[in-house]
Amino acid sequence: MTATVERSWASRLDWVKLAPWLCTAGLFIFWEIAVWIFDVPYYILPSPTRIAHAAWEFGPGLWRNSLQTLWTTLAGFGLAIVFGLALGLFIGWDKRIYAGLYPLMIGFNSIPKVAVVPILVLWFGAGWVPAVLTAFLISFFPIVVNVATGLATIEPEMEDVLRALGAKKMDIMTKVGIPRSLPYFFGSLKVAITLAFIGSVLSETIAANSGVGHMMLTAQANFEVPLVFACLIALAIEGIGMYALMAWVEMRMTGWAHRSGFNR
Amino acid sequence: MAFVDIQNVALRYKPQGSDEGTLAVEHLDLSVERGEFVAVVGPSGCGKSSLMKLATGLNFPTDGRVTVAGNDVSGPVAIAGMAFQNPVMLPWRLTRDNVLLPLEVVEPHRRSFRSNKKAYQEKAEKLLASVGLEGAGSKFPWQLSGGMQQRASLCRALIHEPELLMLDEPFGALDAFTREELWCVIRDLHASKGFTTILVTHDLREAVFLADRVYVMSARPGKIIVDRHVPLERPRPIEVTYEKEFSDIVQELRGHIADARQ
Repeated sequence: MTATVERSWASRLDWVKLAPWLCTAGLFIFWEIAVWIFDVPYYILPSPTRIAHAAWEFGPGLWRNSLQTLWTTLAGFGLAIVFGLALGLFIGWDKRIYAGLYPLMIGFNSIPKVAVVPILVLWFGAGWVPAVLTAFLISFFPIVVNVATGLATIEPEMEDVLRALGAKKMDIMTKVGIPRSLPYFFGSLKVAITLAFIGSVLSETIAANSGVGHMMLTAQANFEVPLVFACLIALAIEGIGMYALMAWVEMRMTGWAHRSGFNR
Repeated sequence: MAFVDIQNVALRYKPQGSDEGTLAVEHLDLSVERGEFVAVVGPSGCGKSSLMKLATGLNFPTDGRVTVAGNDVSGPVAIAGMAFQNPVMLPWRLTRDNVLLPLEVVEPHRRSFRSNKKAYQEKAEKLLASVGLEGAGSKFPWQLSGGMQQRASLCRALIHEPELLMLDEPFGALDAFTREELWCVIRDLHASKGFTTILVTHDLREAVFLADRVYVMSARPGKIIVDRHVPLERPRPIEVTYEKEFSDIVQELRGHIADARQ
């Protein structure tokens, strides 16, 4: 009883839960002080208070464009899930398909997507379509690779047990392969969603008339540097939010794969 | 005709598109009577696992003939159950559902699995209880110890009441005490259910304790060089492993293995 009373207030706080908030607050405070001490002009690096002011001033526009980007990103991400899952299952199905398509996939993924956007604009015109497609193209690769890896790493003993019983390829895939690749799949969603943001904003900065990327470009042209930074922070917030959502989904769907408790 | 009959079999693993490749077994002759417990021992890499795959129809002989229960093996032998050194349980399924996995695949259970699920689940629990895993069915396999997982793996191999049980070093990864416990589990299951068993192992004591007949294989390409009947009376208590007759047989086999390694 006395032991609990004697514990200091510091040891009663949940530091793990507080850590992200403290670190974020610390970064902004450090930033504010640094700008103030070194007297950095706002058009080089605006202080957080100045950025907050700009965000407030352009609030409705920032909100509208953020929603636009979020929508675009999620649309591209949704496409990436559907096609990534399908292609991953297809590639992981057979060693020969895997061997045949893998180099193509790597090659395709190595192409800078910034070079692809003009082609998409040429095909579909400027606007949200190229943005959705860029988000899709950039984010579906990790999904494909992870699903295919999950299928390709089935234990040979497990396959023997089932094949000896007369199981068809389809049985092995549905009973073992697909459930087994789910942790890989949900893990890849966390990577894919952040990539999808990069894709959609990239396309918006090249050819769009709405979205955070477009807003950033306009702000830059008008020399509204604090607004550019406000846009960046809005993107970061959206990215963290979506990542947290994906991490939560992963935990809910494949809790059995996180049994070690190592990172709880 | 013997229940499992392997006559003058050769098996060559060929890399695709070439006629070369390693010869895993050659001139392999082996027969197992119905209900018999046979152990196959030999130096490592002697093609013991190839023997497993030949007898279950996962691989076909390059030369020679394999029959199981009087039929030429032309595809996977559904009357066989298998257990390996690695228990390979599916971590997303409860232990009970892992044990039931073969029934979802093999005919005729496959067809009636959904409608009879309750009965099948009871059967799995009963089988688990018979190997000392009472109540473990509703746990996940990763919540069980290595020895318990291996017991569950045996149950999975036996759930469809196979006539032939194939064991590939099933106790290799276990500690000595657990291993001896599981020897007794296998001994009792074999005595009560009477399935034919082929056990592939490195452990000569294990082979002599469990088997009616021990085959010694030569180094690669593997063939049978010794066929030793084990005359120890059944049921065999674990104490038999400390008797002279037992250790004499083990010593004798050890000599053959040493020769085979040369």
